[in-house]
Amino acid sequence: MVLYSLTFYLFSSVAVLSALMVISAKNPVHSVLFLILSFVNASGLFVLLGAEFLAMILVVVYVGAVAVLFLFVVMMLDINFVKLREGFLQYLPFGALLGIVLVIELGILFLTDRSSNIYNNQTPLQPIVNEVENTKMIGQILYTEYFYLFQICGIILLVAMIGSITLTLRDKGGVKRQNIDSQNTVDASTAIEKKKVKIGEGI
Amino acid sequence: MTYDILITGLIIIAQILAVVVPVLISVAFLVYAERKVLALIQLRRGPNIVGPFGILQSFADALKLITKENIIPSGSNKIVFILAPIITMVLSLAGWAVIPFAPGWVVSDINVGIMYLFAVSSLGVYGIIMAGWASNSQYPFLGALRSAAQMVSYEVSIGFVIITVLLCVGSLNLSKIVLAQQTVWFAIPLLPMFIIFFISALAETNRLPFDLPEDESTLVAGFFTEYSSASFVLFFLGEYASMILMSSMTVILFLGGWLPPFDVYPLNVVPGVIWFTVKVIFILFLFIWVRGTFPRYRYDQLMRLGWKVFLPFSLFWVVATSGFLVYFDMLPN
Repeated sequence: MVLYSLTFYLFSSVAVLSALMVISAKNPVHSVLFLILSFVNASGLFVLLGAEFLAMILVVVYVGAVAVLFLFVVMMLDINFVKLREGFLQYLPFGALLGIVLVIELGILFLTDRSSNIYNNQTPLQPIVNEVENTKMIGQILYTEYFYLFQICGIILLVAMIGSITLTLRDKGGVKRQNIDSQNTVDASTAIEKKKVKIGEGI
Repeated sequence: MTYDILITGLIIIAQILAVVVPVLISVAFLVYAERKVLALIQLRRGPNIVGPFGILQSFADALKLITKENIIPSGSNKIVFILAPIITMVLSLAGWAVIPFAPGWVVSDINVGIMYLFAVSSLGVYGIIMAGWASNSQYPFLGALRSAAQMVSYEVSIGFVIITVLLCVGSLNLSKIVLAQQTVWFAIPLLPMFIIFFISALAETNRLPFDLPEDESTLVAGFFTEYSSASFVLFFLGEYASMILMSSMTVILFLGGWLPPFDVYPLNVVPGVIWFTVKVIFILFLFIWVRGTFPRYRYDQLMRLGWKVFLPFSLFWVVATSGFLVYFDMLPN
């Protein structure tokens, strides 16, 4: 149990510290790298909770795909950081408001009497060893009880995907594209043309 | 109580060493084997000076590289520059934690083993991107961008291939995936998926014909152009270790892991770890053979293959496999 709490404090403190560094790092690439560190530590916390499937999905989807594209964009864009920081005071009240709301919500969560509400049914924060793997448990709930919600999520994602493709798709003229099928079907009869060339005239 | 923790810790460290040390040694011999096989393909002799048949060549090379001066470019982002090869190396070794070499021979037999491997292999791109960006130079940067796009594209089809195998197994645990192949190896019923997985593994490990991130004819040495000495060694080791990791993943998913080809007398006496090693060596030989045979892909052809050929085909195969399993009521419970 000592090892468990030690790893918990390691993961959570690194996650919080790297989250802080995301917003305070001067270089945006460093910010994204800290964001990745934070994701990885969050997935470590999921593992400690016994939710190993969620942990792996978090790494595969967020760290392996989303953050790569983040990093890609941030590296490619030439951002003027001094200019970016000019609006800091202007946006400060709005950001502070959001932060305060979040802190109040967290406070309410902590201060509520845990014996009288949903926390009764909550399992304690320790690895849950089940006979059924939690991958199977998620599947059994997701595809039965929440089937329609799951389908709606899928449709929303599809719409977003089609939207982003139509926004970025531009049919530029003059682009040479390789048509592999037509290349493969070329043979001597279609590729070579015989001509009689008269001497002194050329084609 | 404290002794218990100490002993558990020591056992864990011993297990890690028992996996990592053989992996590193096999990396050295893989490099030697690659040079020998390529030499035979090209009618040369290959390394034959250091040790008998030149077998100690990789150790000599490693020693030479490590004793050289480590140059860090003044314009580079130093911390990220040093972190990149370390991350590459660590990630290529981290995946070995869940690989079952024989029944029960696994450091951590977790429920989501295959997802863990997939996650670790998808993280491999960070070492390359960080190296390319931190070098602050054009060639590495181009290499990093190529690698980011390439590895993300091929991960998608790898994901679908894994889903197909999982449909036939009903578990994400690697040992269970191997045990599900007792009647027939998945390479036979899922042959097209096996081929797609192998080709995607080539792209995922940046091997020829998909080694565009380090394409020496256009990008000098790609993402590790600016690296020297020990940090270069780390990249080199990382690349080969992840090659062996991907080969073991192929063996576990499609070639029945530690299982013998037929469960008959002389074959099933051979220990599982030997079958596993033989199969991994076979896949590694394929990796080297491909390198000696095929010319490098052009970048747009690489992207076309990933998105327009492999993705639709593997998606179709997922649907077909699940349809087949449901129709004939063969779904594992």
